[in-house]
Amino acid sequence: MEPLDRELDEAELDLPSEPMLLNMGPSHPAMHGTVRIVLELSGETINKADVQIGYLHRGFEKMCERGTWSQVFPYVDRLNYVSPMLNNVGFALAVEKMLGVTVPERCQYYRVILGEMARICDHMICSGAMAMELGAFTPFLYLCRAREIFWEIFEEETGARLTHSFGRVGGMARPPTADFKAMVRVGLARVLALINDAEKLILKNRIFLDRLDGVGQISQEDALALGWTGVVLRATGVPYDVRRANPYMVYDRFEFDVPVGTRGDNYDRFMCRQEEIRQAGRIIEQALEQMPDEGPVNIDDPRIVLPPKEEVYTTIEATIQHFKIVMEGIKVPAGECYSYTEAGNGELGFYLVSDGSGTPYRVRIRPPCFATTQGLSQLITGLMIPDVVPTFGSLNMIGGECDH
Amino acid sequence: MSKKVLELLTAQFPGAVLETHSQFGDDTAVLDPAVWRDAALFLRNDPRTLMNMFVDLTAVDYLWRGDVPRFEVVCHLRSLERNHRVRIKARVGDEEGNGAEIDSIVPVWKGANWFERECYDLLGIVFKGHPDLRRILMYPEFEGHPLRKDYPANRIQPLIPFRDVPNTGKLPPFGPDEGMSFGRQSHDFARSGPGASIDGDEAVSNGKRAGALEERS
Repeated sequence: MEPLDRELDEAELDLPSEPMLLNMGPSHPAMHGTVRIVLELSGETINKADVQIGYLHRGFEKMCERGTWSQVFPYVDRLNYVSPMLNNVGFALAVEKMLGVTVPERCQYYRVILGEMARICDHMICSGAMAMELGAFTPFLYLCRAREIFWEIFEEETGARLTHSFGRVGGMARPPTADFKAMVRVGLARVLALINDAEKLILKNRIFLDRLDGVGQISQEDALALGWTGVVLRATGVPYDVRRANPYMVYDRFEFDVPVGTRGDNYDRFMCRQEEIRQAGRIIEQALEQMPDEGPVNIDDPRIVLPPKEEVYTTIEATIQHFKIVMEGIKVPAGECYSYTEAGNGELGFYLVSDGSGTPYRVRIRPPCFATTQGLSQLITGLMIPDVVPTFGSLNMIGGECDH
Repeated sequence: MSKKVLELLTAQFPGAVLETHSQFGDDTAVLDPAVWRDAALFLRNDPRTLMNMFVDLTAVDYLWRGDVPRFEVVCHLRSLERNHRVRIKARVGDEEGNGAEIDSIVPVWKGANWFERECYDLLGIVFKGHPDLRRILMYPEFEGHPLRKDYPANRIQPLIPFRDVPNTGKLPPFGPDEGMSFGRQSHDFARSGPGASIDGDEAVSNGKRAGALEERS
């Protein structure tokens, strides 16, 4: 499409002027309430941008270093609050890597299905919010409706809608309900139909496309050096997906494509996200086929997994075991480990240091958004103020994760 | 595969690789802080390693273990082409946390910028040659470094000091003249201010309301 507004000749009058400083955020609706950008403007062009975060800082790492290993799960939920299940699974995998245990196959499929559902929610909300910030409100409502379908399934499974805290070291909090597979099958079809509808609403809209096409470009080398991962990196053409490059759990048994872009602009990021939703749908369908209906969900190790509730109430051994795990925590072998999974935004890494006690010595999270957001000032330098909104929206900055 | 990276690193910097291990399958090299940036450059540029993906940089405070040097700066790297990962560490700082200085690796990977700022903010490690070393998560007036083990987790550091009220454990609720002015103002248009010029009826009714508020309090 030809540009409509590139031929402005501003050089006719030479008026004395100083660069103007403009604060965008943290209360700006497009800044999600947690990011402030100090813009140095020349006219409407951005000469310099200073991106400032920290308005949501909750001291995630310090708080985690006070409790036991299992008490980290609720904190992890609140990191990426649009796909909490992926964070739950990521942290459980990190501790399991240190303990040297592998959860039963049924649990792995269960985790994959719940995780991919969370990924779809994550991508839907990002695409929808981005469209809404550009003025298209209806697709956002469609996608929220779609997310509602999945969240009802989550509610049925975990008992909580947003902060499930459902992951456990060595398994999941509860086995899947009897209707789990049927619910996901029905829900997934409805969600994919809603996504198609939402896409049709905007993808032929000239205004929407003009604001994405060619805006906020970044090169492959820059994206790699900035530490970008996930969709924003794949939009530049790098086919790096942790699920493919270093398969964890049962991801090596599924057929799925890794969608990549070519130019690394907003349009590519948007389309990669849309395509990833469909690929996640494929994974869910295959996982539903392969998932065993019977079998244990938690590993059989009384030092790690809480005993069943009825035994806790009836036998003294289970009571003691329960208290040991709750009050002292799981004893994780001393040492350090870095475990990484593919979360909604990219590589979610946990660098854990254990001193052999029930309390983590150091919990370091490597939030994918943190690396992504630091590239924002580079992306928007030279653009105009209205371009900040779609560019920032396409990065999928999640405040809880960015400020940890 | 990453074992080979450790061998290459040891061969390239003889004597400066203090220790290597592979706990839980993560290949790690502990480096002399003096070669920190050179080792990073080597890992990025050498065709056999090609660590072009910057993953993570953080630090750990080993105060409780009683080690000197106290801090361990930890950096995770990955190569896109070779698909291998390596962790490099360097130990800095004395028991008081002084002299915790290390070269910045922003010239090598620009993505290290915010990670180093965060590390400086939360643990107080100074990165020499960093283009813009200032706090990132805490506000500029914040004192101390909260992720250090000698910084108590329950310490409160308000930007505006708390009111001091004797003989009470609990602060009294906000008075009508405190707090957010826009939520608590009584619109006293009748007496003064810009409202004095507006329509008479409204001014009187507002004045009555303000008067009623005063009587009640």
